[in-house]
Amino acid sequence: MSTTKLNRSDVLNKLMEVRGNALAIAGLGSPVWDLAASDHQPENFYNWGGMGCAVSMGLGCALAQPKRNVWVITGDGEALMGVGSFATVANQRPDNLVIIILDNEHYGETGMQKTHTSGGTDLAAMAAGAGIPTTMTVHSDEDLDNLINALKTSPLPLVASIKVENTKPKLVLPSRDGVYIKTRFRQAVLGSTAALHVT
Amino acid sequence: MAEPWTTAAHRLFKKHNIRTVGYVPDAGLTELIKSCHADNDIKSVVMTTEEEGIGLSSGAWLGGEKAAVLMQSSGVGNTVNAIASIVSSCQFPLFMIVTMRGQYGESNPWQMPMGQAVAPVLKSLGMHVFEVETDDEAAEAIEAGLKMAFVSNAAVAILIGQKLIGAKSFIADVAEEVINVDN
Repeated sequence: MSTTKLNRSDVLNKLMEVRGNALAIAGLGSPVWDLAASDHQPENFYNWGGMGCAVSMGLGCALAQPKRNVWVITGDGEALMGVGSFATVANQRPDNLVIIILDNEHYGETGMQKTHTSGGTDLAAMAAGAGIPTTMTVHSDEDLDNLINALKTSPLPLVASIKVENTKPKLVLPSRDGVYIKTRFRQAVLGSTAALHVT
Repeated sequence: MAEPWTTAAHRLFKKHNIRTVGYVPDAGLTELIKSCHADNDIKSVVMTTEEEGIGLSSGAWLGGEKAAVLMQSSGVGNTVNAIASIVSSCQFPLFMIVTMRGQYGESNPWQMPMGQAVAPVLKSLGMHVFEVETDDEAAEAIEAGLKMAFVSNAAVAILIGQKLIGAKSFIADVAEEVINVDN
C-alpha cells in the first residue's frame, strides 16, 4: 500500500496537457467533476450512472474509432465493479485505449467508505493478470512522468492506477442530461449530419 | 425449409451494418457466434459478464458504430442497472438477442426462475421485447428490432424461445457416463 499520494486535480491537469485529440469517457462520481474541471469539451462523455461500465464503454468506443485514442478516466470503486472488463479489453487488445484510474482508495460519493484498494487490492496487478500489456501504479510526480512517457511509447491498452489523496474535489458539474451529453459527443466525433441522421 | 434464425441474424447484422458483436456464449448461440467470428467486418467480443455488453454497445454508438449483444436468458439479470442507468437515461440504442432457458422443456430447475423473469424484467425497464418461436418469426423480429434500435433509439430484446433452439438435454450432451451421487 502506498504512502505517497498525488493531488487529483494536479494529476488530471497534467494528463490533459498531453491528451491530444483523445476522446474521454469519465466513470461516475469524482472523475466526472475532475474531467469537467480540467478539460471540459464536447468530446467528453460523462457517466452520471451505470457504475462498472466505464471501461466496457471505452472499449466499444475504441473499437469503433480505431484512429482516435480513447481515454477512460474513472475511480477505483467504479473500476472494481467492472473489473472483468480488463480481461475483455486484454483479449481485444485495442491499441488506442487508455484506462486511467484515480485511486483514492475510497467510495467518494457515498460517505468515503474504504474500497478494496485500501485493503491491499492492486488494480494494476489485476490488469496485468488480465493480460493488459502496459500497467502501472503511480505514487509520485516521477511516476506520473513515467506514465506520460508510457502514453507515447508503450504498447496500448494501458491501465494506470494513480494513487491520489482522499480529498473532496471541486464540484465542477457538466450537464446531467444524458441524451444531450451523448448527442454532443457524437456530433463532435462524427459531425452533425452523421450524428443526427442514422443510415 | 426456412432459413435458420442464426443464418438470418448474421445476414441482417450485415444488412444493418452491425460492426461489433459482444457475447457471453450459450449453446443456442453457437452458430451465430461462429459466423460472427468468421466475418472480418464484425468485431466479435467475448465478455466476462453480460453487463459489459451494455457498455460496449453504448460506447460503439458514441464512436459511430452499431453493436449487437448476445446472451443466454440468465445473463439478462446481469444487465439490469446498466440498461436502466445508461441506455434509458441517454436513449442509447440497444439490440440484444437472448436465447432462452427455463421455459419450454427445461430440464435444469435452476434455470427456471430467471428464465421466467426475463420478459417482465426487460419490459419493466421499458424495453421492446419480442418473443419468437420459429425461424421465420425470429428473422422478422430481428429485422424489425434492428430498425427500431438504431433508427428510433429504442432498446430491443429478441427472446429466442426454447421451442426453437431446442431444450438442452445437457447430461447426454456433455457426458459419456452419468453417475448419480445423491441417492
